[in-house]
Amino acid sequence: MTLAPASLTWFARHELNLAWREWVAMMTGGRRARGIGLAIFIGVVVVLLHLMAYGLVAPWVARGIAPDKPTLVLLSGSGLLFWTVMLSQALESVTRVYYARSDLDLILSSPASSQRLFAVRTASVALSTIVLTGLLASPLINMLAVLDGPHWLAAYGVVIALGALSTAIAVAITMALFRLFGPRQTRLVAQIVAGIVGAGFVIGIQAAAILYYGNMSRFAIFQSADIVASAPDLGSLLWLPARAAMGDLGASVIMLALGLGALTLTIAVTASSYGHHAISAAGLNHIRSQRRPSTRAFRPASQRQVLRIKEWRLLQRDPWLLSQTLMQILYLVPPALLLWMNFGDSGGAFVVVVPVLVMAAGQLAGGLAWLAISGEDAHDLVVTAPVSPRTVLIAKIEAVLIVIAVVLSPLLLLMAVSSPRMALITAGCAALSAGSATAIQLWFRVVAKRSMFRRRQVASRAATLSEAFASIMWAGTGALLAAESWLALGPAIVALFVVGLAKLISPRRR
Amino acid sequence: MTVPALAVSHLSKSFDRPVVADLDLTIRAGEFYALLGPNGAGKTTILRMVAGLLQPDAGDISIFGIDARRDPVAAKRIVAWVSDEPMVYDRLTPLEYLEFVAGLWQIDAHAAQAKANELIDWLGLRPHANELCGGFSKGMLQKVALAGALVHEPKLIILDEPLTGLDAGSARQVKDVLLGKVRDGVTVIMTTHILEVAERMAERIGVISQGRLIAEGTLAELRARIGRESSLEDIFLDLVAEAA
Ligand SMILES: Nc1ncnc2c1ncn2[C@@H]1O[C@H](COP(=O)(O)OP(=O)(O)OP(=O)(O)O)[C@@H](O)[C@H]1O
Ligand SMILES: [Mg+2]
Repeated sequence: MTLAPASLTWFARHELNLAWREWVAMMTGGRRARGIGLAIFIGVVVVLLHLMAYGLVAPWVARGIAPDKPTLVLLSGSGLLFWTVMLSQALESVTRVYYARSDLDLILSSPASSQRLFAVRTASVALSTIVLTGLLASPLINMLAVLDGPHWLAAYGVVIALGALSTAIAVAITMALFRLFGPRQTRLVAQIVAGIVGAGFVIGIQAAAILYYGNMSRFAIFQSADIVASAPDLGSLLWLPARAAMGDLGASVIMLALGLGALTLTIAVTASSYGHHAISAAGLNHIRSQRRPSTRAFRPASQRQVLRIKEWRLLQRDPWLLSQTLMQILYLVPPALLLWMNFGDSGGAFVVVVPVLVMAAGQLAGGLAWLAISGEDAHDLVVTAPVSPRTVLIAKIEAVLIVIAVVLSPLLLLMAVSSPRMALITAGCAALSAGSATAIQLWFRVVAKRSMFRRRQVASRAATLSEAFASIMWAGTGALLAAESWLALGPAIVALFVVGLAKLISPRRR
Repeated sequence: MTVPALAVSHLSKSFDRPVVADLDLTIRAGEFYALLGPNGAGKTTILRMVAGLLQPDAGDISIFGIDARRDPVAAKRIVAWVSDEPMVYDRLTPLEYLEFVAGLWQIDAHAAQAKANELIDWLGLRPHANELCGGFSKGMLQKVALAGALVHEPKLIILDEPLTGLDAGSARQVKDVLLGKVRDGVTVIMTTHILEVAERMAERIGVISQGRLIAEGTLAELRARIGRESSLEDIFLDLVAEAA
């Protein structure tokens, strides 16, 4: 079948083709064996996630799920959590539609309609948001469908509706930012907004839960009597998504119509200005910035010092990266709050604080390690320098781990004052978690430019997955150690297993 | 007889097919050598192997008598590599970049600073010395990379198409800098598609086709081989056609 060039479907096929090839190249790295290893790994993770979902859902189903207020509050609350993740994801992707340059220059300079391109790209953002959240929610939905009845499968419809809606909102926000801040600032502001939307809600709930109830369960708060009592009546429109998820046909239809309608409308309204905004964003790949004339003399330093200083300079001058890092640190606010409130008594608070810190250390290390190890802008220079590859790697790892240590040490000190033992456990597990993440990034290292950071997650999903999984397991180890339980051995073994598996499936070099 | 700046023997490299096949190449110390060849002939691949950026499948590389495969660090100490894609950090200023390079080569900090400032003036980068490189044009980036290559005073400079994207003035500056280096006794190997540059600057010219050295010599020697008075362009096209 030949399609008329530059029609909607023609663009869609072009995009789909590119996305598919990139996906295949990424997953297999051109080799089938790696693809198979990865498939096994993903299979194991999926099964584990379903088991975890079973643990969450089974007791609830056993008690019987009635469409009453507490259920609706719980569903809507959890749904809101998923939705913030969606919105933050969509915002990130939408800015990319405006700012990613790869083939935009080609298409914008061609006589093809930029409005159609925009429609296709926005739709693909919606699609990827839906798929991602759908995958994230699927263990819960599947377990509910199996244990309580297939009517729960309607929840996938709600995921589709919310995905479309959040993409529409993301486009609207991006357009508003273009108006308010102009093309130069929009990307950064949008990324920060995305981060705050993603992190803020979770953090807010945690902080509220800590303040009112002294524990951090994200879900417990939705079950508290106060909240249920102050929620609107059963007939309220607010419960529409929750009712749709539970299989109410009418609600489902309304939700889908709302979401898809909003998306279509937004595309129709904003498409005409896309070409204009994308072109105004085009000139911005050049950062021109005058630094203070340095009168500072060159300092004598060892090769390792020189490499570390370079890494820190680059980290410090990358505003986007800095915002990402700050976001990770934002996640540390609730535990810090908890620590502060429980200052003096070495109570159960630690069981919560320790894993959060350990997680954060792992995530931060993973991000920074990718930048330092893979994101080397002058790869040729470093390789042709008279310095052994080992020294380069060691220097870069040092640079990353020192940053983590600097970020964590104030919190560790605070802990040490009230309980040296807990501080020691946290420090140990954080070091293991950061070390695992760094090692995984090391094994999966590729040559890439820093501007590709956004592709970090994509570039090797296996690395990102195992990195996250390992830090979760080390966090579990920390929590159980803090609770003085011998079960701590369990997650520790799993973490080691994950790290070993990551090494096994990592691309062989030379 | 003095040690050659570069002696390559039986060098081979295949990707999905052979790209460099059993190559022998000797470049004398203090020489300006130009490597010519059609697109995809393997020039970049050869030079990347010499610079230690690519592992050869077989063969030996000796740089001023140092076995580059056995002792890469010692070889790298006296070599500079400049690729056609400038290897510069967006978020460092030229001065910071040069400080970093000097640190990698472990040049005395004081001497390096003097040298860096001299190079920055020499290449006309002074007005931008304290700006981040991310805002620079391709030509300016190429000059920063070249300054980086010269700041550690290498004995052998390898350049892969250093003149692409440079305006006439910048190209002249770069050529002058390189000729000045050769006068100081430095060896320069460079690939180029601008035959006039090779004709004017190089003492000897090597022509690569399909991973083999098909001809080598001074311009006069190459002419003699073709057997008639002609421009380098004619000679080059004849040689390549003959080899194909
Ligand atoms: N990393 C690689 N993987 C696979 N093939 C490669 C790789 N690098 C180079 N090649 C192939 O080797 C051949 C020689 O490439 P090379 O870059 O050395 O040519 P060149 O002489 O520098 O060409 P040009 O004049 O275009 O720069 C080409 O056919 C190229 O496709
Ligand atoms: Mg080349």
